[in-house]
Amino acid sequence: MTDPFTIAGTSFSSRLIVGTARYPNQQVMLDCLEASGAELVTASIRRISLEGYAESLVDVLGGRYRLLPNTAGCVTGRDAILTAELAREALETNWVKLELIGDRELLYPDVEQLVHAAEELVRKGFTVLPYCNEDPVTCQKLADVGCAAVMPLGSLIGSGMGIANPTAIELICSRSPVPVVLDAGIGTASDAAFAMELGCDAVMVDTAIAQSRDPRRMAAAMRAAVEAGHLARLAGRIPKRRFAEPSSPQLGLVGS
Amino acid sequence: MRLKVNGVEEEFAVTTVSELLAFRGIDPVARFVAVAVNGSVVRRSEWPSKPLGPGDDVEIVRPFSGG
Repeated sequence: MTDPFTIAGTSFSSRLIVGTARYPNQQVMLDCLEASGAELVTASIRRISLEGYAESLVDVLGGRYRLLPNTAGCVTGRDAILTAELAREALETNWVKLELIGDRELLYPDVEQLVHAAEELVRKGFTVLPYCNEDPVTCQKLADVGCAAVMPLGSLIGSGMGIANPTAIELICSRSPVPVVLDAGIGTASDAAFAMELGCDAVMVDTAIAQSRDPRRMAAAMRAAVEAGHLARLAGRIPKRRFAEPSSPQLGLVGS
Repeated sequence: MRLKVNGVEEEFAVTTVSELLAFRGIDPVARFVAVAVNGSVVRRSEWPSKPLGPGDDVEIVRPFSGG
């Protein structure tokens, strides 16, 4: 694509961020990452199994992608900050996708803790990309404390319910001083295209690819959808009308 | 002494982070491993010198798949 997507001074030619979880197997994951065209992929930070360990995720990815560690599952600011610090040490990156969960069933963000943790991580030198509510006020607060981007949810994580509140997402996109990455809820390619048409700078997808019937095809579909949606956004949709407007000329009709 | 390692309390005969990793069969030069003791990250360069004491809470982590 012609216009790159930039977070904290780093440019990406792909506007699709892809997760590395829930694929049927490792080879499918690798094929999907390649088919998606993604340059930025997410990872979690977990305790080492004390029964020894298999090949590391990082080794498997072979340096082809920039890794974005997350703090998935953390429910306290303290744990999220420690996880980010461990990720920085393990992966030598100060980028973090900050997730602070307020409800284990809904995996909904805990906004109050999220803003505080984001502020502290920014102070500690992190480039913070917070997973957050699709709420313009929350997104503004996160930008105000120095987050490099915001990642509002389309709908619940892993739900495949698409973009539940497109008006809010569009509002966030029109006002955000930092890039907006639609995170969570994407179910199929049209959801990703829609996010881009609403003005999102990028889209993050994991489950919708990994758990589809043919993940490799869905990865390619997501890539095409994000590009199509972004092009359509740049081109500008026509206004919606209540009545028909003929596309063929009205003069010279046969029989008139 | 008793240590809590990745959430499990056990008896260990080790005195430093490096010794604990070696005891646990984790290659001390393995990349992409990170360690925290009592909620603070211990940089890799400090593993050989970082002493462990009774009751210390140690986290040993690495990157996994994630969304």
